[in-house]
Amino acid sequence: MYYTYAITGLILLISFIINKRRTIKAIKISFIKFKKIFPTFITMLILVSIILFLFPDEVILDYLGNSSKFISVLLASFIGSITLMPGFVAFPLSGILLTKGVPYMVLSAFTTTLMMVGIITFSLEKEYFGVKVTVIRNTISFFIALTIAVITGILFGEIFL
Amino acid sequence: MKRNVKIRIAYVSIYVLFLVVSFILGYNPGKEIAFNFISFLIYMLKILPCAFILIGLFEVWVKKEVIEKHLGEESGIKGYVWIILLAGTIAGGLLVAFPIAYSLYNKGAKLSIVFTYIGAAAICRVPMTLYEASFMGVKFTMIRLLISLPLVIITSILLEDYLTKRNYKMVEGK
Repeated sequence: MYYTYAITGLILLISFIINKRRTIKAIKISFIKFKKIFPTFITMLILVSIILFLFPDEVILDYLGNSSKFISVLLASFIGSITLMPGFVAFPLSGILLTKGVPYMVLSAFTTTLMMVGIITFSLEKEYFGVKVTVIRNTISFFIALTIAVITGILFGEIFL
Repeated sequence: MKRNVKIRIAYVSIYVLFLVVSFILGYNPGKEIAFNFISFLIYMLKILPCAFILIGLFEVWVKKEVIEKHLGEESGIKGYVWIILLAGTIAGGLLVAFPIAYSLYNKGAKLSIVFTYIGAAAICRVPMTLYEASFMGVKFTMIRLLISLPLVIITSILLEDYLTKRNYKMVEGK
């Protein structure tokens, strides 16, 4: 996180030294773009706050640990698609699930959909790319996640062919 | 006032009212939701300012011809290599990837590159991948990367074909 700030600061400084007017213009553009999309971010945050309340870690643990592998993969990709959490929360959680005996393929489905499919980010994504493309991209990502889960299952010996 | 704005004001007000009442009555679910909201707001405010400043700088400094040449119609395989490297080094995940992808598109990057960027930003950021491997093991992470990246590129190319045939253009002025 900090290195992102350091690099951004450095680039901004260099830009400012090279051309003051352009840099100020850049900051103005940043501000306008941010202002345009900010209400959508707030909508998204409201959804996230409610969804995370409905699916706390314990519930996820409960769902993914207690059923057949294939049902778990589907549940995992479903939960992964509708929730949104940063990697630094998702991977430790997956690590815990792993020690509780949840198969790799289930965690693969969970983490991949978590990162690639965003029902919550839908409102944001459609602002930029339109509804149709957003639906298509998320659907494709969902199937990519399922494919990865199946192959993970095969390579970890969790699916026997 | 536009209808959308009215709807937005309505549900934000209901939401805020619900949280305030929850705090007054000591209703726990409401408090938890407020806590979730604040912790995610902080998370977003940490990453978004950087992202948008970089987007602003990108808009004023990077010439359209440069993007068109390296990430546009004529870019070939190299374009995908560049965009995956770029996606791998920018923090923030999908939230940040959307506005960046949008700027890339407006500077002349072709659609398949733009979609590859979004996919790669989701799955193969370097710091996150290392973090993932430390919890899940290297084998798990390698399988994921090696399978997902080709799939992301192939589906992005197919999606571009599909959309180009239908004369797709992104919304302007975001």
